[in-house]
Amino acid sequence: MIAGIDIGSRSIELVLIDKGKVIHQDKAATTFQPLSQVRKLLDGAVPDHIVATGYGRNLLANTDMCAPVDTITEIKAYALGASRLYPEVRTLLDIGGQDTKVISLVPGGRVMKFEMNDRCAAGTGKFLEHMANVFQMPVREFGPYALGGTAALAINRMCTVFAETEAVSLMAQGHDPRNIALGLHASIARRTIAMLNRVGLTQPVLFAGGVARNPCVVRLLQEALPGPFLVPEDPDMLGAHGAALHGIEQRFSKTA
Amino acid sequence: MANEQYHEMWEKLNLDLPAHDGLLEVLGKFYGDIYMSQDGRLKGMEYLDFVLSEVHGLRIKELQDTKAEGRKVIGTFCVFVPEELTLAAGAVQVGLCAGAEVGQESAEKLVPRNTCALIKSFIGFKLARICPFTESCDLVVGETTCDGKKKAYESFSDYVPMHVMEVPQQKNEADRGLWKSEVLRYKEALEKLTGNLITADSLKKAIRTVNDRRRALQRLNRLRAAVPTPISGRDVLLINQVSFYDDPVRFTQSINKLCDELEERISKNEGIVDAKTPRLMLSGCPMAVPNWKLPFVIESSGAVVVGEESCIGTRNTRDLVGESGETVEEMIDAVCDRYMKIDCACFTPNTERLDNITGMARELKADGVIHYALMFCQPYGHEALKVEKALQKADIPMLSIETDYSMEDVAQLKTRVEAFVEMVGGK
Repeated sequence: MIAGIDIGSRSIELVLIDKGKVIHQDKAATTFQPLSQVRKLLDGAVPDHIVATGYGRNLLANTDMCAPVDTITEIKAYALGASRLYPEVRTLLDIGGQDTKVISLVPGGRVMKFEMNDRCAAGTGKFLEHMANVFQMPVREFGPYALGGTAALAINRMCTVFAETEAVSLMAQGHDPRNIALGLHASIARRTIAMLNRVGLTQPVLFAGGVARNPCVVRLLQEALPGPFLVPEDPDMLGAHGAALHGIEQRFSKTA
Repeated sequence: MANEQYHEMWEKLNLDLPAHDGLLEVLGKFYGDIYMSQDGRLKGMEYLDFVLSEVHGLRIKELQDTKAEGRKVIGTFCVFVPEELTLAAGAVQVGLCAGAEVGQESAEKLVPRNTCALIKSFIGFKLARICPFTESCDLVVGETTCDGKKKAYESFSDYVPMHVMEVPQQKNEADRGLWKSEVLRYKEALEKLTGNLITADSLKKAIRTVNDRRRALQRLNRLRAAVPTPISGRDVLLINQVSFYDDPVRFTQSINKLCDELEERISKNEGIVDAKTPRLMLSGCPMAVPNWKLPFVIESSGAVVVGEESCIGTRNTRDLVGESGETVEEMIDAVCDRYMKIDCACFTPNTERLDNITGMARELKADGVIHYALMFCQPYGHEALKVEKALQKADIPMLSIETDYSMEDVAQLKTRVEAFVEMVGGK
């Protein structure tokens, strides 16, 4: 049994694979005690091998776990997950808790090029979380709420703090809050498309990471991009899944 | 490093002693983590460890002794200041502190916030009074290689005696003429400051001294290219950094000795890493002491640095001054010609840099290039885009990094660099 664990800035995902099949997957908030969250997720399972990815990968590698721990970056993990589960995909977009990554894949799944946002978390899951908070609703309701807007209002600043100021001043002008929410989502989509174009947009595109659960961001991207645009059923599990697949490949290459 | 014995000297130099002690403590710890933790280092690196541990101590004492003998100390921030002339006038040339986040808040009173870390650093070091090199200088020589520096020197001249050389922006006949007049103006300034005339004899000797140092560093660069890599990129960067502080003759001898050791190691096919380790080349902005952040991130991500296309690297060592001149005039011309070959991003166009980078990456058998631009550095920021295109044509992958001296982005840098290493290593 191989465990892939993706310790991101906001959430931790676990995928257990045994005999080539996913036997269990689960997620939890990262919190400030990621290790105890990992143990909770494992829930007594004893894998033969753990592959860790995400921001906390080295933390796990430096901890005495029940099994040997290897690490790969989330870029490689997502690329691996995407190329095995969706082999036709050429461009992979991953918007997580505090990073946006665009990865371009060659046939066969190797990473050809990637880009990652700079140190600022603008336009990521954290941005949506903050804005949902401003709108006084849980983040999972924020996307559907924004879809109720009819005309996106222009939000020009990508910085979370400045964008909030813009949103508040639009509110003070008496605009429909759903249109403001739609505008905030549109600003994420704009920034994401610019990044996709910088790396080089080759179809089909796969959209993964926690933000791919937001139906408004998905819709806006879909409308703006030509050609096939895929979203996995569990878009935030792809990294953990890729990490587990890496573990399997390693085992295989060792015994081969 | 905080040696009691130097306190009196530092006090005389008007350093802020508690702040300076604090800096040395941090520097010492940083050096221990990044340098002393390496396995299989060359014995010759002990000299570099020693020089660095005494960089604010013994080396400053040497400078004070030199000054007591009547020689002058010239401080610089750029490879455009012709050291040949400085030495020929009997003066000593040193690079000034500009590689750490120091006195940032006070620096921002003299330069705008969106100024690069290097400029803020040299101003911060001065305002915080913790760079004994700056405090030892009889003259600081600046240059017009970017708008940030150009304007910063105006403010800086309220604090130190400054001479600014105008570096042209193109490489036409008229630019060569301008540069020559600037070299001659520097010569005059030196002669006035030192009271020594630059003669054919003194200039010939100085040209040889500086060329010898470049030859030693060229030799090092040829040897370090071996597979498996016989010396870490961090160590080579340190050697390049120390070349700006140390006595040139002594430094050259030590590096040649280190190269002998390298040859021996290579003949035994020994490396500091496995032959299959991904080989990366750095390209872009200079990394002044103690800016070891990116090389350390790279070399702790499973790769090895095999080249530095930078002013603290090959840009400073690639070209020699022609040694056939006999008269002062001929030798000044040779100096001008050599410095006009520098492929600094301040020139437009600067296509030779693209050719140099591609050629160097091929020669070093680099698996990829990491382009490093300091945040807010316009010239290198622009060229990062051009370099990426040129390398793409040559089928060499490149990762573009923009960062500064702070440590807050290390985790993100590590993810990017590791992913790049995974990518070029085909893992």
